[in-house]
Amino acid sequence: MPADSPPITLYRLQACPYCERVVRALQDHDVPYRSRFVEPMHSERDAVKRLVGARTVPAIHDENTGVTMAESANIVEYVEKTYGGDGAVVETDDGGAA
Amino acid sequence: MVDFDVVELGDTDHVAEGDTAPDFTRPLVNDEYWEDASLSDLTDEGPVLLVFSPMDGAFPATYVWNELRDRELGDRLTVVGLSISTPYAHKRLVEERGMDYRLFSDPSNAVAREYGIEHDLDGMAGIEEPRPAAFVLDADRTVEYAWVATEWPEFPDYDELERQVRRVA
Repeated sequence: MPADSPPITLYRLQACPYCERVVRALQDHDVPYRSRFVEPMHSERDAVKRLVGARTVPAIHDENTGVTMAESANIVEYVEKTYGGDGAVVETDDGGAA
Repeated sequence: MVDFDVVELGDTDHVAEGDTAPDFTRPLVNDEYWEDASLSDLTDEGPVLLVFSPMDGAFPATYVWNELRDRELGDRLTVVGLSISTPYAHKRLVEERGMDYRLFSDPSNAVAREYGIEHDLDGMAGIEEPRPAAFVLDADRTVEYAWVATEWPEFPDYDELERQVRRVA
């Protein structure tokens, strides 16, 4: 694992609109993240299951806060609350999206 | 006498022993997911055996990975492969071969060109892939051992490869 890897890991599926929604929220707030792509078949997604208890994507893990969550609406709300300007509780660097 | 043809691939000015192996970033695939990773991410953790193989599904890829899996070289250093196959195909190969090694995906074949080992495939218009090749790298990406196929098909001398791995790691 890279030593300088971003704190947020996004589990995503290629071409999944719900995942793209989360990507847009992260990019809008200049939050660095790394992407882990999983397979379309739910049964192939044990890495996500271990992380959030279900096999749905998107899912994120944020090392800054220790938060792990699924469901795009929840994640977008979390990103905005945590990294969205005035009310942000965590400082991020200016690295932008990885 | 055999009556089939082994194709001569000819000389190539490839990355050689003593060189620093070019770094690159590509999706790195395991049996669960893939994410972008650099060769230097792997060498930062110690010596690496980097194996270029024909595309997943071709019999040489199957043979090479069966043999390297059975030799359990992963106990000594990081074994990683690279072919032009997609991450989806790599994930299936890792699962089907039941191996602990990860595979880089490089459909552009740009990494092979960087290493001087590109192989334009006869009869598959527009597709090139790496020549079969294996590089043993130390933690600075210095090439300790290099093997590049000069014929097609050709396989590494596995005993020699394992001897070189044991010398470095």
